[in-house]
Amino acid sequence: MRKIEIIGLILFIVGMSIFTALPFSSQYRLNEEQLQSSVKDIHRDQLSELVQPMYGQTYKSTHSFLIAYSSYFKPYNDELKAKQAWDQVIWDDYGFVLAKAAMDGPSKTNPWISLGLSIGLIVLGGIMYNLGGNGSSHESLTHTGVFHSSLKNKGLLGLLTGSYLIMFYVVLYWFPAYLAPLVWMVEPISQFLSGGPASQWFLYGLVYTLAIGVMGVRMLLKYRGNRYQQLRTASLVFFQTAFAFLIPEVLVLLNKPYFDFKNIWPLDYDFFYDYQLETFISSGGLGLFMLVWGILLIVVGVPVFTYFYGKRWYCSWVCGCGGLAETVGDEFRHLSDKSLKAWQWERWMIHGVLALAVVMTTLTLVNYFTSFSLLGQVTNQLHSMYGFAIGSAFAGVVGTGFYPLMGNRVWCRFGCPLAAYLGLVQRFKSRFRITTNGGQCISCGNCSTHCEMGIDVRAYAQQGQNIVRSSCVGCGVCASVCPRGVLKLENGPEEDRIHEFPILIGNDSIKLRA
Amino acid sequence: MGSRHFVIIGNGISGITFARHLRKGDDQARITVISGESPYFFSRTALMYVYMGQMKWEHTQPYESHFWKKNRIDLLQEWVKTLDFEAKTLGFDSGETLTYDILVLATGSKPAFFGWPGQDLKGVQGLYTKQDLETMEAATSKPIQRAVIVGGGLIGIEMAEMLTYKKIPVTFLVRENRFWEQVLPEQEAVLVQKHISAHSIDLRLQAELKEILADEQGSVRAVVTTTGEEIPCEFVGIATGVTPNVGFLKSTTLAVGKGVKVNAYFESSVPDVYAIGDCAEFEQPPGPGRRTLEQVWYTGRMHGETLAYNFCNKPVSYQPGVWFNSAKFFAIEYQTYGIVGSDAVAGVPCFYWEHRLGKVSFRMEMDEAGKIVGVINLGFRLRHEFFDRAIREKWSGQQVIQRLEEGVFDPEFYAPYHLEIQQAFQDQFGVMISTSKRSFLQKIFGARL
Repeated sequence: MRKIEIIGLILFIVGMSIFTALPFSSQYRLNEEQLQSSVKDIHRDQLSELVQPMYGQTYKSTHSFLIAYSSYFKPYNDELKAKQAWDQVIWDDYGFVLAKAAMDGPSKTNPWISLGLSIGLIVLGGIMYNLGGNGSSHESLTHTGVFHSSLKNKGLLGLLTGSYLIMFYVVLYWFPAYLAPLVWMVEPISQFLSGGPASQWFLYGLVYTLAIGVMGVRMLLKYRGNRYQQLRTASLVFFQTAFAFLIPEVLVLLNKPYFDFKNIWPLDYDFFYDYQLETFISSGGLGLFMLVWGILLIVVGVPVFTYFYGKRWYCSWVCGCGGLAETVGDEFRHLSDKSLKAWQWERWMIHGVLALAVVMTTLTLVNYFTSFSLLGQVTNQLHSMYGFAIGSAFAGVVGTGFYPLMGNRVWCRFGCPLAAYLGLVQRFKSRFRITTNGGQCISCGNCSTHCEMGIDVRAYAQQGQNIVRSSCVGCGVCASVCPRGVLKLENGPEEDRIHEFPILIGNDSIKLRA
Repeated sequence: MGSRHFVIIGNGISGITFARHLRKGDDQARITVISGESPYFFSRTALMYVYMGQMKWEHTQPYESHFWKKNRIDLLQEWVKTLDFEAKTLGFDSGETLTYDILVLATGSKPAFFGWPGQDLKGVQGLYTKQDLETMEAATSKPIQRAVIVGGGLIGIEMAEMLTYKKIPVTFLVRENRFWEQVLPEQEAVLVQKHISAHSIDLRLQAELKEILADEQGSVRAVVTTTGEEIPCEFVGIATGVTPNVGFLKSTTLAVGKGVKVNAYFESSVPDVYAIGDCAEFEQPPGPGRRTLEQVWYTGRMHGETLAYNFCNKPVSYQPGVWFNSAKFFAIEYQTYGIVGSDAVAGVPCFYWEHRLGKVSFRMEMDEAGKIVGVINLGFRLRHEFFDRAIREKWSGQQVIQRLEEGVFDPEFYAPYHLEIQQAFQDQFGVMISTSKRSFLQKIFGARL
């Protein structure tokens, strides 16, 4: 088993190295035809004229290609902005599509080989490593050693991993042209699934889904004997693969709108944006169904399911962000901050984002129905601000990049507006709670240490108090890591769910508040 | 109430519980907690998890440092050297002194050493204090060939698990015929023993330590058992129980037996001096089947609760309820509710069930009338509230088994052991138990028996 683990690790590292090196392996030579086919009609002539000097030139790196493009394009655009000729300004960023069109390199000529040697080796190595590492021990479910690990306890490996992830997200959101060589190697898959070209988002979706799958295997092994964890993991892998990845692509193949049926506003923050609504309305019966389905999830699905099962039904069984956090992020869960201060920050931040999302969406809808032009500009500004600050920087860069630094639920805990909404229902109207088993708690602190949401579970358990907290995603790890069988996730009657005056069982001398 | 100065020696679960509840009931009191061991209260039970990298030291502390300031509980890191009950003054190692109005001794226990030759050698230690953890970490920071654990109880198996984490081969010497003989009936002990051996631990029953041998540097080199066998090792863990930590009190006028002698109100022989937790020895057992020394986490907490209540209200005597306890042996959890004898008694009906894979078991002891007296469960979890009520209200064994599903505390989708237990009870006692049906989803997704 140890051998499989080591071979897996080597394959993984080789795959990662190739994956990281590929973006540096290509050159770029743009011609007019490529430009024409990748740029919107209205910009074709203008842009073609601007970048004419680039035609036929060979650029040795993505970087030099982008510099050249920018040197021809930016002065023109800046001048228009200076003249406040807003309607002539080219707002679209054509860097990625032009780079992709102009690229020439191994991942384009041999996509399958490139894919196999990079992502293929990563997946294979990852699975072998997980099988070898978790397949041999006597018991599942051990969290020993996490604080002796450089990767898992903010050592050098942890910092490197965090930096790599942060870098990846920064490139993905703001410099996607650098990913063009990687996108080419998934082009055949995209063509097969949706019949269309691959974008950086397709690459990201594929990598994301595979990551959840590979680390999902690890979860199934680590928690063997714990059926709750296994079912939950299987559910997360399923929803990511089917709902978030495959179905939307197939919808596109069928000429229907791209739609993730399990994504819910306000996490899905552009659900009510005008172009989304137009898409739904102009896509016939299915489009209308998507609109109605999305609204039903918000107004019926969330309250009803959360009433019966707590927010876990979504956060740790269905959600894609949760899917990554619970699989890839599992070994970083103990890094979440448990202090009272962190809880105070959390409440302000997450409800602040919810408020922001509600305000933004309200303005958007008002604007949609009134077509008031001033409001239109405000909402556009709000959209781009929210998209940048919350959608990209918070959810992506911080949310995932900070796994090895602040734990695996930074986004879910401090930023996700849907989690805030689910949490309000869970706190005030739900049957879900974590039951404390009478007086059995020994205050050891394993539950608090391994709570990914930074809840000080012990503070409740040691008083014999049930845990009812809006942030709890019901991952169940507190219950499984408890050495004395003190905690149990349960759905039960609302009566007696919250103990205002908990009493620890076992002392007959007195009855007093713990 | 006036502002009395309460001084508590010891910041373990008893002392801290006392201090917290006193503050809740008495806003005026001045409260000082003294400990030489660590500045802040920590959970002693979590020491092993720090060693195994499952927690960090700060995680063992249930309260953040601002808690003490907010609740005006002064913490003093000192070792108490002298006590003057006349002048109500404590003297510390540092030379400082402190006066009190009311003194609460909550000094806990210390590992029991039985005068073996070589017990003071380097590499020989118990596991109780923060300092013990640190010496154990230091002693095993470099790879060693073998460690020997002496004493088949809870701390012994914890140390064995800790050393196994570091991949150090362990020989486990248990003097008795079986593991934790005073508490576990034979079937449970055998189950746990198999589990211990499955972790590559060299478990030796009826094996007693005779002496510990030194190398040239004064470190342990081997142990010798009473049968004369010499076992080479570089670390010896002494886990032969604990004894009240009252050594520094023996030269005073305080009545001290094994522990500080107290009545049911935790009053010692000296006015305004009280003792709670592990270090207190009751003149009379506090309840039927209870011992005069109560040395578990839960009782320490109850002592603290009760004494604090007594300073804020009309004093009541300490009356513990239904006994309960828990532990974990490597991966197998143990719980008990009520009192179950470790040896079968003729005429006392007892029900025992064990899962075919030998990692889960359930025992229920009943009285002659078939009423539940206590249970022991291994490998699965039972609900405290349910069994506290069943034992208190003297349910019949049959009634308990009938309603067992309510008493199970395992996570959702776990194997329905209660079904098999109900079947086994039916077979053994020839009574009808109507078993609960599993839902369709449980049948599909739940773990199999």
